[in-house]
Amino acid sequence: MSHAAAVHRLWTEFPTAAAVDAPKKIPAPHIEYAQLSPTLIVLGAAVLAVLVEAFLPRRARHLTQLALSVVGLAAGFAAVVALAAKGYGTGKAHAAAMGAVAVDGPALFLQGTILLVALVAVLGFAERRLDPAAHGRPVDSFAAQAAAVPGGDAEQEAVKAGRTTSEVFPLLLFAVAGMLVFPAADDLLTLFVALEVFSLPLYILCALARRKRLLSQEAAVKYFLLGAFSSAVLLFGIALLYGYSGTVAYSGIADVVSGAVRTMDPALAATTGNDALLLIGGAMVLMGLLFKVGAAPFHMWTPDVYQGAPTPVTGFMAAATKVAAFGALLRLLYVVLPGLRWDWRPVMWGVAILTMLVGAIVAVTQTDVKRLLAYSSIAHAGFILAGVIAVSPDGVSSVLFYLGAYAFVTLGAFAVVTLVRDAGGEATHLSKWAGLGRRSPLVAAVFAVFLLAFAGIPLTSGFAGKFAVFKAAAAGGAVPLVIVGVVSSAVAAFFYVRVIVLMFFSEPKGDGPSVAVPSPLTSTAIGIGVAVTIALGVAPQYFLDLAGQAGVFVR
Amino acid sequence: MSFPLLTVTAAVPAAGALATAAVPAARRAAAKWTALVFSLATLVLAGVQLARFDPDAAGPFQLTESHAWISDFGVRYELGVDGIGVVLVALTALLVPFVVLAGWHDADPLEPATPSRRWRPTQGFFALILMVEAMVVISFEATDVFVFYVFFEAMLIPMYFLIGGFGDRAGERTEDEAAAQRSYAAVKFLLYNLAGGLVMLAAVVGLYAVTADQLGHGTFSLTEIVQARGSGRLHFATVTERALFLGFFFAFAVKAPLWPVHTWLPNAMGEATAPVAVLITAVVDKVGTFAMLRFCLQLFPGASTWATPVIVVLALISILYGALLAVGQRDIKRLIAYASISHFGFIILGIFAMTTQGQGGATLYMVNHGISTAALMLVAGFLISRRGSRLIADYGGVQKVAPVLAGTFLVAGLATLSLPGLAPFVSEFLVLVGTFSRYPVAGAVATVGIVLAALYVLVLYQRTMTGPVEESVRAMPDLRVRELAVVAPLIALLLFLGVYPKPVTRILDPAVEHTMSQVHRTDPQPDVRVSNAEGAK
Repeated sequence: MSHAAAVHRLWTEFPTAAAVDAPKKIPAPHIEYAQLSPTLIVLGAAVLAVLVEAFLPRRARHLTQLALSVVGLAAGFAAVVALAAKGYGTGKAHAAAMGAVAVDGPALFLQGTILLVALVAVLGFAERRLDPAAHGRPVDSFAAQAAAVPGGDAEQEAVKAGRTTSEVFPLLLFAVAGMLVFPAADDLLTLFVALEVFSLPLYILCALARRKRLLSQEAAVKYFLLGAFSSAVLLFGIALLYGYSGTVAYSGIADVVSGAVRTMDPALAATTGNDALLLIGGAMVLMGLLFKVGAAPFHMWTPDVYQGAPTPVTGFMAAATKVAAFGALLRLLYVVLPGLRWDWRPVMWGVAILTMLVGAIVAVTQTDVKRLLAYSSIAHAGFILAGVIAVSPDGVSSVLFYLGAYAFVTLGAFAVVTLVRDAGGEATHLSKWAGLGRRSPLVAAVFAVFLLAFAGIPLTSGFAGKFAVFKAAAAGGAVPLVIVGVVSSAVAAFFYVRVIVLMFFSEPKGDGPSVAVPSPLTSTAIGIGVAVTIALGVAPQYFLDLAGQAGVFVR
Repeated sequence: MSFPLLTVTAAVPAAGALATAAVPAARRAAAKWTALVFSLATLVLAGVQLARFDPDAAGPFQLTESHAWISDFGVRYELGVDGIGVVLVALTALLVPFVVLAGWHDADPLEPATPSRRWRPTQGFFALILMVEAMVVISFEATDVFVFYVFFEAMLIPMYFLIGGFGDRAGERTEDEAAAQRSYAAVKFLLYNLAGGLVMLAAVVGLYAVTADQLGHGTFSLTEIVQARGSGRLHFATVTERALFLGFFFAFAVKAPLWPVHTWLPNAMGEATAPVAVLITAVVDKVGTFAMLRFCLQLFPGASTWATPVIVVLALISILYGALLAVGQRDIKRLIAYASISHFGFIILGIFAMTTQGQGGATLYMVNHGISTAALMLVAGFLISRRGSRLIADYGGVQKVAPVLAGTFLVAGLATLSLPGLAPFVSEFLVLVGTFSRYPVAGAVATVGIVLAALYVLVLYQRTMTGPVEESVRAMPDLRVRELAVVAPLIALLLFLGVYPKPVTRILDPAVEHTMSQVHRTDPQPDVRVSNAEGAK
């Protein structure tokens, strides 16, 4: 008896006395709470943070929120490590929560990466020493009162009262929770819910910049509209895939794709196995994910949003969103659509080539350091896609490694951007960075390390990552992709080098920006960024091993 | 485990770089002495390498080290030297102390008021020189393609900062113009070499793909690949081998530099200070020609033979084009740069002539060119630092006011034009003989390069040193003790190796023969019409 028929009978047949006496028991869903603990811990911390926001006095909130976030994220990471140590990444990998969430190598690796990234990002969120104190109270990068109209009376009042938006911490935690589920989602609905859970807090966070508020709000609106649009496309694609296969579970769809389906829902008999639905639906779901990773031609939002968002948020978003979204993309392509790879590989080839070239070439003309990093992130998305296309365990592990390496370079680079300031806040226009190397050699040198890592110079993590994905791509037969990647790396090197020239070989301008002395929070974040960049460049083997062990998806 | 001599030889200058960089801002002199001491320590280690190297030992590499590094990429940290490598390490270690000594005052801050307490140009200058030395040394020692690539690329970064961050005093240009031209030269240097390196990266990835495909595990070990190829386990398809060869060769041709990818060299050498220019042309560029011998020829013998005609032509163009442009230069340092391009043409011609004399001459030429160009460039640098101008027209009659300076300049110049009795003559002669026995026409054309060399060197000497004394050089002091200490040993070496090159050739020749055997080439048999049996050997 099909499910639909059973539901239908609920209101067509009058329940008999016997049926009333013995109601049919619905089995409670079986949830492996322990295996979902990383996500649950972070969600719990987020809920607690909301309560803190509601009940604690304003003065105590900042420190409490910071401590709560750090503890929550660290505990989440500890849970990931514990799960991996118990073998859930390898031997015991399976789909938990009735097949909704996968607990396997890639999921745990990416969750660990996201949690570490968030831990470092939280430090930047909490930085309060860069901006001069407003009316005697230290302020952070976020608007005094988000709801106030920029430049209006309410804002003046909020600034005078020394308010701060400590809501950013719960928002961050919710976003992280969504990101943890996103690469682990094992059915399309979970995927969609996770997408929304991490996107909505990011939309809000983007709008919260203390300085240049209109730019920030514009960025948020743009991100929200385009994000909502891409979510709609994704959802439509999910509906079509459901029509095609009669299920939203990854493994179920994969079975239908490979023709190994055992039972068919008679209600969907007319559409099941219809290739048009599969191709269109698959393409739409891919589009939704490519939007999130910022691949061309779905990259238009990246520069505007990266530029407008408060810089600590940009750093977090650029690093963590990319990790989560590439994780989801990998799982979709490797678990759901491997049977279709002769159809999607040519398309993804095109996307990867376009992304590398657009990112590298358009970046050359940029004059704002945040926009420059945004285009550079697009180019890097292209490099990662080259590894995704390899369709081999080597491809998966190279992408995992690249994501980890890239995330920390990005976090560090944006943290340095927050330090270079003039009277109007951060001085992001490149002309103002001239001569930074003379005035603050250490900051300039650190930024140069990050730029060299972006450019893929040996002995930095960027080189190891690039080599890993190119190696996987070449072994997978995508030699032309490698060549395009190399060419666009050469183009990209030009604008990284240009920034270094500006910092070290140009005379400092008289009214140039100064480098603010950060609190230990930002210094720690930058220090971690540099340490990871060098460590992964000089001795990448341990992390390559880790990524290699994590390279198998559960089916 | 034996003492890791090769690693230590590279690690000492690297440690010296860190130590120099750590010297406090006010203690500039201490930084200079630190750098000098570490560079001398490296020289001692290089000497130990030479002493422990046995030219007649069996096997391609000696003093080998091998450790796991990145097993996922099939990379092992493998070092080893053959005769060519050990000599070039020694050359590097020999030249760097002179570079440090010659650049003693090049990085002193112009004005006492510096923009930041932390801005330490002097410390940076010497630290970067030592960093370059460390990376060059390890490139000469690496027998793993990946290890070589890593340092081959990484050395661009300190070199880039040396070119862009430090230059001659402005002279007639404003400080801003000078800075703009410097950073242009630095960027041009970096982009040319980075582009070359990235093309090589594609080939390195390709090499991995081929070995992983055929051997079951990807490897970059030169010895393993050569062995596997010899035993037939590894076979490159013709197209693949040629593509990979071109990828490698392009990077080395940019570095060497070979016409038509040479244009960064005159800019870089013109704008950099004279000691840094020496570092570029006498030390760093040698990695390019060295790598052609070690990697292009040994990894891809078939493709090397295939490409020989084209490369020989390019080398000939380099010889003539470099020499002709040198004749036309008005700027002393750019003249030396174009002369170097011409000489690199000779080296590459010798390598790809594929004869023992040719390759033996080319390897010896690498050493001799390093010493002679260093001498010429450093004396030119001393001259320029006195007058503050790089233009030939600004000088005249210097030999009357500064006879020692003029005399050393003349000897170094004569070495550059390969006067018999001075070291480069031996190597140039060998290259020409080696080329002639296989490509007579190419050998004949290359001879024109020698004639042009006489022209540009002698005209340079005549215009700057002889004639009536220019007003601006009337008060020019002669060489100081420090400067003499730099120049005198180099000139002594030029004379010694010109008369008795055997100590060097004794080490080089077995390695050259080994390389030749890898390419499966033998010297052309003497033609019956050649009556002089000694000349054809």
